[in-house]
Amino acid sequence: MTTMVDLTAGDWEMAAAGGILIGLAAGGLMLGAGKVAGVSSITARALEGRLEAILFLVGLPLGALAVTAALGLPVPVAFAAPWRLVLAGLLVGFGARLGNGCTSGHAVCGMARLSKRSIVATVTFMAVAMAVVAVMGGAPS
Amino acid sequence: MIRYALYLLVGSIFGAGLALSRMVNPAKVTGFLDISRAWDPSLAATMGGAVITTFLLYALAKRRDHALLGDDMPAPPAQRIDLALIGGAAVFGLGWGLAGICPAPAFAVAVLNPTALWFVAGLAAGVMAFGLIGRLIAAKD
Repeated sequence: MTTMVDLTAGDWEMAAAGGILIGLAAGGLMLGAGKVAGVSSITARALEGRLEAILFLVGLPLGALAVTAALGLPVPVAFAAPWRLVLAGLLVGFGARLGNGCTSGHAVCGMARLSKRSIVATVTFMAVAMAVVAVMGGAPS
Repeated sequence: MIRYALYLLVGSIFGAGLALSRMVNPAKVTGFLDISRAWDPSLAATMGGAVITTFLLYALAKRRDHALLGDDMPAPPAQRIDLALIGGAAVFGLGWGLAGICPAPAFAVAVLNPTALWFVAGLAAGVMAFGLIGRLIAAKD
């Protein structure tokens, strides 16, 4: 039986507003530079030493820091154990390159382009991630 | 110079959206994936807000011959559904479910809580491993 957590209106508004900001960034990169804002491929370009890709990745924590400080949001503390984080990162990095995209590239940019490949990828990784959480349990430890 | 400023700005807006939507919190993401227990569906509003905003800005971009910085617009998305796409997305989903974190939020939260750097290290290794295997296969052909 599915039970939903008790969410206040503010949670939904923040979730939607955050999504709109992500969309503004993704749309802005397309309008400005004709590029899809896929963070796994930007990571690959940053590892090749491309400065614009590195600057994008530097911007991510700057924006998060600014919003967290300005609104007094809580700093996330519940992370999985280091070995689990490294393993998850390996799988996510390898999988995203093999499948040609991650949450940003497929679930945001690709879906917005109505790409059939991105819809299939999004449904696949969401289903697998949901199955992993169902088996391993919810809270990271 | 303008290109570098654009990438830094777009990355910052993206990171701000990730912090506002709480996607930087693995517990929030795991709650969204945990449909069988205490499901927190609010991240659906993040995905919806991001996809709709991106879709609208992409529609604007599509009407242009070139991006503002002069780059070509990308070709229409490929349509072929293959094993690499589905296998890659499945491996990605495995990692995403294991830790409740994906590439963009990992970079965004890395300054607020450096524990996320374990994931970033795994991510970089996974991306590089794929690049290495790709080159080995290319060398064989």
